[in-house]
Amino acid sequence: MIFFILRRLMTLIPLLLGITMLAFILMSLAPGDFLTPVKAQRDVSVELIQAIESEFGLDQPWYLQYYKWLGNVLQGNLGHSWAYKLPVSELIGQRIWATFLLSFSSLIFSWMVAIPLGVLAAIYKDSIFDRMSAGLAYTALSIPEFFLALILVFFAAQTGLFPLGGATSIDYEYMSFGGKLLDRAHHLILPTLALGIGSIASIMRIMRANFIDTIRGGFVITARSKGVREYVVMFKHVLRNAINPLISAFGFALSGLLSGALMVEIVLQYPGLGQLMYQSILREDQFVVLASVMLGCSMLVFGNLLADILLAWSDPRIRLERKN
Amino acid sequence: MTLFYIFREVFRRPLGIFSACVLGLLYMTAIFAGLLAPYQTNEQDLNRTYHPPTKVFWKDGGLHVEAYKLVDPSEARYELVEELSYPIDVFARGYEYRLFGLIPLERHLFQVKDDIGPIYLLGSDSTGRDVFSRLIYGSQVSLFIGLIGIIITASLGFLVGGLSGYFGGRTDFLAMRLVEFMMAMPGLYLLLALRGALAPHFPSDQMFFVIVVILALIGWAGTARILRGMTLALRQNQYVIAAESMGQPPIAILLKHILPNLVSYLLVAATLSIPGYVLGEAALSFLGLGIQEPAASWGLMLSQAQDVKVFYLNFWWLLIPGFAIFITVIAYNILGDVLRDIVDPKMQTS
Repeated sequence: MIFFILRRLMTLIPLLLGITMLAFILMSLAPGDFLTPVKAQRDVSVELIQAIESEFGLDQPWYLQYYKWLGNVLQGNLGHSWAYKLPVSELIGQRIWATFLLSFSSLIFSWMVAIPLGVLAAIYKDSIFDRMSAGLAYTALSIPEFFLALILVFFAAQTGLFPLGGATSIDYEYMSFGGKLLDRAHHLILPTLALGIGSIASIMRIMRANFIDTIRGGFVITARSKGVREYVVMFKHVLRNAINPLISAFGFALSGLLSGALMVEIVLQYPGLGQLMYQSILREDQFVVLASVMLGCSMLVFGNLLADILLAWSDPRIRLERKN
Repeated sequence: MTLFYIFREVFRRPLGIFSACVLGLLYMTAIFAGLLAPYQTNEQDLNRTYHPPTKVFWKDGGLHVEAYKLVDPSEARYELVEELSYPIDVFARGYEYRLFGLIPLERHLFQVKDDIGPIYLLGSDSTGRDVFSRLIYGSQVSLFIGLIGIIITASLGFLVGGLSGYFGGRTDFLAMRLVEFMMAMPGLYLLLALRGALAPHFPSDQMFFVIVVILALIGWAGTARILRGMTLALRQNQYVIAAESMGQPPIAILLKHILPNLVSYLLVAATLSIPGYVLGEAALSFLGLGIQEPAASWGLMLSQAQDVKVFYLNFWWLLIPGFAIFITVIAYNILGDVLRDIVDPKMQTS
């Protein structure tokens, strides 16, 4: 097990190297850099610009810049954000929690809703409830996330029930601790819905299909014939077996935790990692872009790894290591 | 399983007929855009911004459209003028356009007689452009980006997947590491980065082409991986070995013997992944990084709906492009599921 985890983590190294290199090449292909708007200002002296250029190595070709950046990263220095005038690690530290909170709450929300719905749809297969939920799932899967977010903002503006965007109110600093919590939760509702509804549909469909497959198993007939009550059969025997594939799906859901909320964050002006990434690409704030790309990729790898480990843990038949 | 058989089966199922009809209608609209749209995409009217949708009704033996009067320009409030209405001309002359990009025409299905008033079936936007016309012209971008993109993706995926599955060994190893690399990147991040790098090298009217290339570059990896697995299995078949021993070159074997076996899978996969392209274009244009004004695309039109004014003053018609995207995506999803049921009856979805 430990060797398996180590081996998977080792693959992260070439992956991150490749991805950051690709990001460097792509950004050097784009004309201009983060100094372009500064150069247009007349009151900034040429010497200062040259000093900054040589400090960041902007006057050198991309591979030398990359080499320099890599050296800094290995020493734990992620660089400096030009647009925000903050160290990148600090900037990302501020944003990561907002995104994490949002993704996590939508994850919990969608799983709490989707699993019971999927189980009910499977138990009452072909009933009106099943058909309706299948139709709704189809609809939910086909709505673009950002459009859903837009509709929710529209709804919020028309009814005045929810804030239009952001993570906190203007007077957040002056609230009591409980008020702060409530304010955060209030701001979280719409983005959670926008992000969660699509995954509710997909998880529900998987759950329903698994459950129906498991009901056909022989042990269900055995349990029923020895007189176990129906709800015990369903919830103790079938559910436990049917939930297995979903455990690995949970790991995959974790992998998108930091990079999956980009569009929703932008539409709802939620100050998270996705929004930061988008703005820094527009401003060519390259160290921020690199750091968030690295974070997103590592999260994907960790999520997939976790999915495999969870699967092996929940189902002893699965062996992670090949026996040679 | 021939393509004809699949085609016939689609039209035997109610959901298949339904989704095929919806898609057919959408694509016909896109093809005949010039004929259907009463205005051009860039025709502004700054005196009629955020004009509400106008209803069409029958009066005095002809179609008429309601007339509105601007009451409060600061809030874009319009009032219906009861006694006034504008007559509609059917198949009259209007602005010039090229049908199918070839045939010059100037007839339009409908427009207001002598252009004395506006006809906004779905209202107007922040610069007084007709949302209906832009929706129709936008469909050309939004619908064809998926088709062209999937053709590139499928060929690239087949090339990489087929070659690496066929040759195996070092080719396979390298290709699959590349595929894993592509799949390990968060899609939207890569989309943004690629766009930032590629777009400045092209004029803004070629953005369509740039977006297709970007989306195809991101999408090919998944297809390649699955096709590789299928090729690997097909390669063991006797007819492949026979073709090899008769000295047929690998490319011919891939195209003549392996590709026909992959067609039905490719068809299903393509149908199910077209929505990804439609959504990808919409997202990019929505962020202002895709199709540029004054051209129209559904995502670009939706980006106007982000204005706070739109929310508070209830200009709901600006959200219609979103519904158009939704209808396209759901039609493709249904068609894809129907195709999958036909091609692989074991994988029942509903």
